[in-house]
Amino acid sequence: MSNTAWETLSDQAIGVCGIFYFLALLAHLVEWSSLRGTVPVDAAASLTSAASSSSRTREQAGSVAIATGPDQGVGTEQKRQRVALFGRLGLLLTIIAVVIHLVALVGRGMAADPNRVPWGNMYEFTISGTFVVTLMYLVLYRRFALAWMAPIVVAFVVSVLMVAVIWLHSEVTPLTEALNSYWLVIHVVSAVIATGAFTLGGMTSAMWLVKNRTGERATGPLARVPSLAVLDRVSYRIHAFGFPVWTFAVLITGPIWAHEAWSSYWSWDPKEVWAFITWVVYAAYLHARSTAGWKGKNAAILALVGLATLWFNFIGINFFSTTSQHSYAEGAPAIVQPLGQR
Amino acid sequence: MSTTPPGAGHDPRPTGGELNPRELGRWLWRQLTSMRTALILLLVLALAAVPGSVIPQEGVDSLKTSRWQADHPTLTPIYEKLSLFSVYDSPWFSAIYILLMVSLVGCIIPRTFIYLRAIRTPPPAAPRNLTRLPDHASYDSDEGVEDVLQRAREVLKARGYRLRPAEDGSDSVSAERGYLREVGNLVFHLSVVVVLVGFALGGLFGFRGGAVITQGSTFANTISQYDDFEPGALFSAEQMDPFVFSFDSFDVEWQRTNRGVLARAFNARLTYAQQPGAAEEKYDLRVNHPLSIGDTDVFLIGHGYAPVITVTDGEGNEVYSGPTPFLPQDQSFLSFGVVKSPDAQPGQIGLEGLLYPTFELVGGNPLTIYPDDLNPLLSLSVFTGDLGLDVPSSQSVYVLDKSNATQVLNDEGKPLRLDLSIGETIELPDGLGTVTFDSVEPWTRIQFSQTPGKEIALIGVVLALIGMCGSLFIRPRRVWVRAREESGDESPHGSSVTMVEVAALDRSGGGDVAPVLEEIVNELRAARTRVEEKQ
Repeated sequence: MSNTAWETLSDQAIGVCGIFYFLALLAHLVEWSSLRGTVPVDAAASLTSAASSSSRTREQAGSVAIATGPDQGVGTEQKRQRVALFGRLGLLLTIIAVVIHLVALVGRGMAADPNRVPWGNMYEFTISGTFVVTLMYLVLYRRFALAWMAPIVVAFVVSVLMVAVIWLHSEVTPLTEALNSYWLVIHVVSAVIATGAFTLGGMTSAMWLVKNRTGERATGPLARVPSLAVLDRVSYRIHAFGFPVWTFAVLITGPIWAHEAWSSYWSWDPKEVWAFITWVVYAAYLHARSTAGWKGKNAAILALVGLATLWFNFIGINFFSTTSQHSYAEGAPAIVQPLGQR
Repeated sequence: MSTTPPGAGHDPRPTGGELNPRELGRWLWRQLTSMRTALILLLVLALAAVPGSVIPQEGVDSLKTSRWQADHPTLTPIYEKLSLFSVYDSPWFSAIYILLMVSLVGCIIPRTFIYLRAIRTPPPAAPRNLTRLPDHASYDSDEGVEDVLQRAREVLKARGYRLRPAEDGSDSVSAERGYLREVGNLVFHLSVVVVLVGFALGGLFGFRGGAVITQGSTFANTISQYDDFEPGALFSAEQMDPFVFSFDSFDVEWQRTNRGVLARAFNARLTYAQQPGAAEEKYDLRVNHPLSIGDTDVFLIGHGYAPVITVTDGEGNEVYSGPTPFLPQDQSFLSFGVVKSPDAQPGQIGLEGLLYPTFELVGGNPLTIYPDDLNPLLSLSVFTGDLGLDVPSSQSVYVLDKSNATQVLNDEGKPLRLDLSIGETIELPDGLGTVTFDSVEPWTRIQFSQTPGKEIALIGVVLALIGMCGSLFIRPRRVWVRAREESGDESPHGSSVTMVEVAALDRSGGGDVAPVLEEIVNELRAARTRVEEKQ
């Protein structure tokens, strides 16, 4: 296949996977709209497995255990089946979408001459990042019972992909000389993975804040969201995974590469500054979780602040900072470093 | 910052009365080393790092900084007072991270002692009422109490738990695991200090410098050869490695892309020797492939064109000759440069203008259509008079001081433009002399640096990562198993029944021990079935 054919394939695959994500979103919306009038899972404990020897059954964090109100009578069973059906349909569509998404990434890499990893510019970083978000959501789906997150993840991914295609799309170009290094693979892949993890963690923390506001006894779709304790723990686990990966990306591989390419392993480049800020905020989040007075709400807010700095670093610095050597947005200068720069 | 206002030291403590200095000091120390303060300092540090990414920084891009300062004459003095042009060296930024480090050390050292005491202490005895713990389970067994407890010891030992030594008459087993979590935590925090030490060493004893070197020239590593040189505070000139190299040739590949033509695979071929007279070696210096000579790292940072220009003055003397580096303005390599010949007679000659690597007139507009030097054209304006070079202040070689100079005009009274192709010579009006464009040589910008302590920083950050993983993923927990004999009224055979209670406690604040508890209980009960089958 020629490079142009690969590129066309990639562009088309992005479109198709976007459609599948959108269909998945519709399925999840149908699923969730059927949940009006639902009461919290705890209130119908009989539905949860009572067989466990543990006195505290493992929370059915948003999994298939859907409790319905006592006043619903006949339609209940039918409704439960509909919810489960559309939930499974949404998941299936997401899986199909993520496979096509992968095809798009591979096509993007194959379209370049020489072939390379598909994260050389903002468009490619965005499509790789959204891929990681979906993939991680699917991998953790069972382990952390993330069914409640489905509409949020899918809506997020489909909107970000739209932004990527409309505003960020650029044709495949060879890498600028400074990017042409195997560190591109290691440094950026870890940054993408950490970004994906922090994004999922942020969604969980945001949901914690919503649930905290409405209270544990919320009815309707929110009843299906796991309890505050579970949300907090899931959020912590995801962040605890993302944080070391982020450390590896920005404080180990980043400096090593910077030293090779720009002669200084840490030069307070705006991108480095913001990566450091993100690191510090997430460090604060991890500390806050075990500090009296900061647990819960403040910790969740910190997680969202961290996410905001992360995204600002990605979007803001690329577009607004002219000093950053990391500006790989459209029209980045070809010369490695202007002479005036020391 | 509201939780620990600086004036809070004057507040009476709940016990009442004034604090003496010693108590005050202790109170302040306790405040500083508290987690809450560390947390606030972390957030303040994050906040304090922001201005440095918005305001141009002296140490990052001095050219941009001076331009910004010129554009903002009112803000500049204020910003300068606040060290906003060098945020990361500023006293207030240093104050924050030094406080954070003090807080960290003050927190970690006592914790180390606590930890050392804790590992020598056996797991605590079982609480009186295990069912009060959030995660507990119980079942009945028809084995004896001792058998159950023995099995519990075996099961927990096999799962890596440390057991409390058995006591006479005790009806319970206490077990604990995950001691390494705190080690990871301590290693992480201490490594942060190590990283900072490495970073500080680089800043104090290192240097960074750069030079523009044209093809065919040689370079000896002395400070005088650098165009810019930034030593650390404790750098001494003896640290300079005495290497020499010659820049033999420059290769570049141009690749046409949809984003314009990009330079690819550029490569400066060097011949270097560790010191003058030593064995010569060859190296292809490329981006991402620095050369290490002694303690110095040599990097290829940028490249451009240096037109070779010869100026003769009105008296026929050659007053300027040689390659003159021009600065690329964008990726088309349209380049700007300056020639100064202050010795020219009868008047000084200053030239300023553009180099078009591949010149073409497109619709009457001069353009460069390709960044390679296929059809180079120099287009220069001419100045004469006082070029400001008599004053011994250092002047940039890329800027012409035109404040006391006058622009040379052509016959029509308009500013004179010299358009020169290679090999062309143009005579200047008023008997000033001639200008010749001989050829074009490539130049490279080479960066030199010594970063002592970079290995320390790297080791520190790797240790920090390992410690961090330990402190995040090792789950410390305690498990208790209690077995009690119950008078067996309810039991079918009237024999006595052993009631077994198991409880687990997560001590990390992030773990879910319910599944662990379930596994342990299943194992305890499965072990029992196996025994039964054997019998």
